[in-house]
Amino acid sequence: MKITRKEFLRLTGLSLLAGGAMQVVRAIGQGGTAARAAASQPVRLGMVIDLSKCREKDGCNECIHACNTTHNIPQIANRAHEVKWIWTEPFGTVFPSAQTGYAEQSYTKVQVPLMCNHCAEPPCTRVCPTRATWKRDDGIVMMDWHRCIGCRYCIAACPYGSRSFNWQDPRPAIASINPDFPTRTKGIVEKCNFCEERLARGMKPACVEACPQGVFTFGNLADPESEPRDLLRSRFALQREPELGTGPSVYYLM
Amino acid sequence: MRDRVWIFIGLAVFVAAFTAPFWHVHAKTSARQPDLVLPANQKECVAPASTMRDAHMQMLLNWREDVVRRGDRRYVAFDGKVYEKSLTHTCLGCHSKAAFCDRCHEYSGVSGPYCWNCHSDPQATVTRSRP
Repeated sequence: MKITRKEFLRLTGLSLLAGGAMQVVRAIGQGGTAARAAASQPVRLGMVIDLSKCREKDGCNECIHACNTTHNIPQIANRAHEVKWIWTEPFGTVFPSAQTGYAEQSYTKVQVPLMCNHCAEPPCTRVCPTRATWKRDDGIVMMDWHRCIGCRYCIAACPYGSRSFNWQDPRPAIASINPDFPTRTKGIVEKCNFCEERLARGMKPACVEACPQGVFTFGNLADPESEPRDLLRSRFALQREPELGTGPSVYYLM
Repeated sequence: MRDRVWIFIGLAVFVAAFTAPFWHVHAKTSARQPDLVLPANQKECVAPASTMRDAHMQMLLNWREDVVRRGDRRYVAFDGKVYEKSLTHTCLGCHSKAAFCDRCHEYSGVSGPYCWNCHSDPQATVTRSRP
């Protein structure tokens, strides 16, 4: 079969048209999915900690205790080896620039509960060479302990000291092991996971549930109608070192 | 031809000596399969027994990736039943680690999996936490 010049040109033109039409169809399809993704509510889980309520019960550490038992966190006396998910530090250490020098009574004595900030731009996830830590779509900075090689880059990157390294086998240092949650091994980094495993079962984080004062308010910061957003709208709040650009998801009410 | 008897005796001795190790091992051990304790409360596993025997390790790895990295905890089984992707709750909810996992792994000489370095056997931890 011989093809004439006219037929050849007609075929070429039609093929080009078909190719162009395909591109248009694909672009329309992608536009549709993008619109759908925007329509589904974005989620950014966060915590608001009311220090005025926390102050009322001096010396209480129910939140820390609840976290320790839920997540099998070893209790190691040697501070160089200690493992912590939620812990406390004096106000002046946590917010050094928020001190007036005359606020001794109301602030300086206060122990501030600290945990992983689950940053919007987490520096720890950027440095992990094995992608053992990453930011989930709901804002939780998650860890995969199966994949952690213990290089501790993330510990160096975190400006908040939220990550701990297991310098020794943690199991002997756990009073009673909760079988519902794994322990870790020597050579693994760990930190607060916003009780991801409890959220999946429709429960609130352990510290939120354990606090007798209702200090912690947990919810979706991206939803303007959520409880934490309600608090942040009406009260003055601080984040830890926001100038670093990490965008912490943990807020402190004064 | 008068040596025929000696030749056959020699051959018999040779065959006996050559195969002695096999007889020795056979007499000492048996090829009996390990005595596995199957769950009393359940008849069906999350997949047919043959699949589980061949591919439980791949399934555990897939479950692990799904739960930790994708937050996907729902497993729809071959018969449409829905299970939670959980070693502690689903697998050990029926099976006994000591009388099922460990026995077969010991029998087949598979010492590899380090699941238990972190994950705990609910039965063992219950007895351990009791004084």
